[in-house]
Amino acid sequence: MKHTISILVENKFGVLSRISGLFSGRGYNIESLSVGETIDPQISIMTIVTVGDDRIIEQITKQLNKLVDVIKVVDMTESDHVEREMVLIKVAPRSEDKAEVLRLTEIFRGRVVDSSQKTYTIEITGDDKKIDAIVDLLKPMGIKEFVRSGKIAIAREGIKK
Amino acid sequence: MKLSGAEILLKCLKREGVKHIFGYPGGVVLNIFDLLHEDKELKLILTRHEQGAVHAADGYARATGKPGVVLVTSGPGATNTVTGIATASMDSIPLVVFCGQVPTALIGNDAFQEADIVGITRPCTKHNYLVKDIKDLGRIIKESFYVATTGRPGPVLIDLPKDVTGSKTEFGWPDKVDIRSYNPTYQGNEWMIKQAAHAIAKAKKPVIIAGGGVILSGGAKELKELAEYTNVPVTMTLMGLGAFPGTHKLSLGMPGMHGTYFANKSIQESDLLIAVGMRFDDRVTGKISGFAPQAKIVHIDIDPTSIRKNVHVDIPIVGDVKRVLVILNKILKADVKEQWKEIRKAWLKQIQTWKMDRPLVYDETSDVIKPQYVVEKIYELTKGDAIVTTEVGQNQMWAAQFFKFDKPRTLLTSGGLGTMGYGFPAAIGAQLAFPNKLVIDIAGDGSIQMNIQELATAVINRLPVKVAILNNRYLGMVRQWQELFYQGRYAHTRLDETVPDFVKIAEAYNAVGLRATKKSEVETVLKEGLKVKKPVIMDFVVDWKEKVFPMVPAGAAIDEMLFPEEKKKKKPVKKLKAVK
Ligand SMILES: Cc1ncc(C[n+]2csc(CCOP(=O)(O)OP(=O)(O)O)c2C)c(N)n1
Ligand SMILES: [Mg+2]
Repeated sequence: MKHTISILVENKFGVLSRISGLFSGRGYNIESLSVGETIDPQISIMTIVTVGDDRIIEQITKQLNKLVDVIKVVDMTESDHVEREMVLIKVAPRSEDKAEVLRLTEIFRGRVVDSSQKTYTIEITGDDKKIDAIVDLLKPMGIKEFVRSGKIAIAREGIKK
Repeated sequence: MKLSGAEILLKCLKREGVKHIFGYPGGVVLNIFDLLHEDKELKLILTRHEQGAVHAADGYARATGKPGVVLVTSGPGATNTVTGIATASMDSIPLVVFCGQVPTALIGNDAFQEADIVGITRPCTKHNYLVKDIKDLGRIIKESFYVATTGRPGPVLIDLPKDVTGSKTEFGWPDKVDIRSYNPTYQGNEWMIKQAAHAIAKAKKPVIIAGGGVILSGGAKELKELAEYTNVPVTMTLMGLGAFPGTHKLSLGMPGMHGTYFANKSIQESDLLIAVGMRFDDRVTGKISGFAPQAKIVHIDIDPTSIRKNVHVDIPIVGDVKRVLVILNKILKADVKEQWKEIRKAWLKQIQTWKMDRPLVYDETSDVIKPQYVVEKIYELTKGDAIVTTEVGQNQMWAAQFFKFDKPRTLLTSGGLGTMGYGFPAAIGAQLAFPNKLVIDIAGDGSIQMNIQELATAVINRLPVKVAILNNRYLGMVRQWQELFYQGRYAHTRLDETVPDFVKIAEAYNAVGLRATKKSEVETVLKEGLKVKKPVIMDFVVDWKEKVFPMVPAGAAIDEMLFPEEKKKKKPVKKLKAVK
């Protein structure tokens, strides 16, 4: 099963390689990863999406906790949470498809962040289902470039499964 | 007052109580070596290879319980430490390793003798640091000793750029360490410990498996109390030998691949395993799905990742072994009323028959020297009062089987990594810590050649370590596998005519060399060798055909054991399976 794990770490030199090295060294998968500073610039937060059965996920969270620079590990999947990814998609539609591209962008609450004579660059955020859906719809219109961020996640307040 | 980085380093080491450093010089650590030249309190032991330095520090740490300290130069000096660091890491041994590094301005430029040692050792240290700012130096050193020695111990590496040791700053030394992201759990959960106590009382066929964690936590006394009070037999893993007296009537010896028949049998039949400070290594469990099929498992360990990593655990207790055992013993004595003698009678009797059925044996009649005989003689002549180190291979297993370790910290052996070349430098480190104790490396002819250059270190420092080479002219353990599983095709395991004359080697280094080629000479050589107050190599030319038994083939369950053919008894020897 897929798990989204949030890791609070000391914002120190080399910490990313400690974490990624742990995953590669022990043969765990990283499906996506994102890192950024928190409000406290000494702390960074990483969000890692990984797959594994319960035993593996238990090992992953314990092994992460064992790293000296790791402050806290939360398996977001255990409780209600909001997940977001962002994509930037550069489409080069035929002129007859241009209106459809803009319409889809609107339906998916995306934005056109750049345009040229031949292309639109669209920004969309959402969970992976939404993103997969728009990608499917835009594909036939001609996707030229595609960039997807790692997932980030935050717990919902007050609701625990 | 302003101090240089090198001065700060020495000052911090003294405050940590360090007396000995094992090391090797080079360009970027000259600032430090230059100061050591005049220092009266810190003694640098110059090994002849950086790997030797780390193993020696490791042996020092295992023998004393204090962290071992290493100082080497950048690049090749640093990379030469990697095997030693990985060895310590696998066996949870506290080390603090200082490596020189090129000046900060040159880092990343492929400078002369630059190696990314922090990157290289990340997976085999407990933690590591690159000191980029001299102002952090005091804190980092303090943290390093703290991290290395607390929780589950392990090696910590500090990379020291030359400009950091050369420049000056105001000396600062934090009174205490505060790492918000590092808080080992020492206190076990009481409710869980109670569950364990009740499980022990209810069990009909309990077995304790004691690992290296018992020794690391200083919990041997508490373990003995637990075993004796509840009348439960104890098996000790390779790392756990000495955690419980090998001569005790409740001792089952070592379990696993080369464990005793009765230890493995007891585990397989048991209804409760009490695993203490051990991690269910595959050499202990054999085929996991066939391991202790009927047993509930209580697992006490300070490292949460060890619990439920390899086997399912019914009662997990994360905490320091000693502290948990203290509470467990207290609960057992106060709250659990049991006729401990009565309820174990049948079980202990059963185990006794297994012991009689298949004790550890070898052919005692031959005139060719049997390696087991040498180990037995060493045990007899020292009355067990020695620190034994081993190399890796058959020599290691025979040492584990035939020397009875009664006290913690008397067997120093590379368990997790299985590093050939460990034993001799480790013996040097242990001898330095205990100048008046008998320290013996039980070695193989292959392994000893991996760090034989340390003879110089032993001789120059007047460390009278004894090396007993079980010289079978083979990489014996590998040969054993080839004989059993590869139709006797001895691909690159025969050393024979290339085995050097170890007596001459000893003499070339100004040590003493002795040799025995017949059984009748063994005792004489040992008596003479153990008496000499100098480093001694004793070359025992042993039967090359001898194999370590019992043996559980890789991938088999631990009761699917092979025994020496000539001693075949009731049980048919299982058919051999090919192994990976
Ligand atoms: C550094 C290293 N290289 C290779 C091995 C694999 N290995 C395990 S035992 C062994 C043979 C050791 O030979 P020797 O020291 O003569 O011991 P014996 O088994 O003959 O007693 C080898 C090569 C190892 N454990 N360590
Ligand atoms: Mg050999």
